[in-house]
Amino acid sequence: MPQVHDRGGWPTEEPIDREEHILADWERRVDAMHNVLSEKGLRRTDEMRRAIESLPPEQYETMSYYERWTAALEILLLEKGVLTAGEIDARFAELERPE
Amino acid sequence: MTAMTATTDAPTEYQPGDRVRVRVDNPGGHFRTPAYIQGQTGQVAALCGVFANPESLAYGGPGQPRQPLYRVEFDQAQVWPEYRGPASDKILVDIYQHWLEPAASPGE
Amino acid sequence: MTNPSNHAENHQDDGHGHDHPGMLADAELSYYARRARAMESLLVEKEICTPGEIQAMVERIDARSPADGARVVARAWADPQYQARLLSTPEAALAELGYTLPETTPKLAVVENTAEVHHLVVCTLCSCYPRNLLGRPPDWYKSLAYRSRAVVDPRGVLREFGLDLPDSVAVRVLDSTADLRYLVLPRRPAGTEGLTEAELAELVTRDSMIGVTEARTPERAGV
Repeated sequence: MPQVHDRGGWPTEEPIDREEHILADWERRVDAMHNVLSEKGLRRTDEMRRAIESLPPEQYETMSYYERWTAALEILLLEKGVLTAGEIDARFAELERPE
Repeated sequence: MTAMTATTDAPTEYQPGDRVRVRVDNPGGHFRTPAYIQGQTGQVAALCGVFANPESLAYGGPGQPRQPLYRVEFDQAQVWPEYRGPASDKILVDIYQHWLEPAASPGE
Repeated sequence: MTNPSNHAENHQDDGHGHDHPGMLADAELSYYARRARAMESLLVEKEICTPGEIQAMVERIDARSPADGARVVARAWADPQYQARLLSTPEAALAELGYTLPETTPKLAVVENTAEVHHLVVCTLCSCYPRNLLGRPPDWYKSLAYRSRAVVDPRGVLREFGLDLPDSVAVRVLDSTADLRYLVLPRRPAGTEGLTEAELAELVTRDSMIGVTEARTPERAGV
């Protein structure tokens, strides 16, 4: 049984959905953060792939593309000790409160 | 990125035209050899270059020794028993050398 | 990491349908959008990077588009010697047009579609794509359906994109899993002898450079 990201040849007749969405600002910024951190030597493409592959399969299947990138960014920043879970949770909670 | 103090390259073992078989393996971490192509036999179409090993890079390692990367060509009809297309259809996959082993030529 | 399942109601609202996706107040953003916003704000606070660096990177990525690839293809159509260089030493050929790719991997490879052979590119493991030349990949390229089907049923996928190839044309699927990114050089459409390079570039679509379609005819493109 292949891992969830290893999709080649999985049995499906699902048509290709060719509708394209305009990227939200946060998606473009996640894309950019990965690239900026890469240039600073704080993140590698293969590390990011490995982080995405480590997501629980049911989450991998249902998350959008940049949601996976966001989850991978968090995994890598925690692992490298750049940020802590407590810091992210606290900042996240601040953002949850309407101004 | 980590400074590469000593770069070592695995010596190139295959040439275009060589028959190769993709090893069946699950090293238990990150790897770039799709499951559907494992165990299949194909022909080396090109040497793409020599690259740091992603199985090490993915965990912060140096990726040494670097691995030759080959574009390997497979017959679609052989890879997929249910394949709907002519015998001339091919699939080409880039595979690092340590995933390949020599295969006998057809008829040998 | 907060359990995302606690935020299912927010998860649904990813802001995609909003008129001004960049203008959402933080509290209106989805779970992951806020998670990203939180990390960005901390990275800036800790001086890991600056807002300017992130914004400059957004703009650098936004600036790349299929028009860059189309310009390269049009040059190759117009100049057979350039085409030969593009196929044999793509990075040097791109540099001739002012595109300098990063020193680091991935490397670019160019494959030529002909009357006998049609190439189609997929990345079954993730979303490898020649971003430096085509910009970000389209949603369908990253979809599980495309990644599953392109390798096992390429002719069926091509028919969905409107291209029904006869069996006399060999289909070659490239699964770009490693350190190379593939650009398809589509066939030059018939009846384009008198066109300028700029007009030729109008015929070169993003999808034709992924290999799911052919280039547009001058009639279709209105050139």
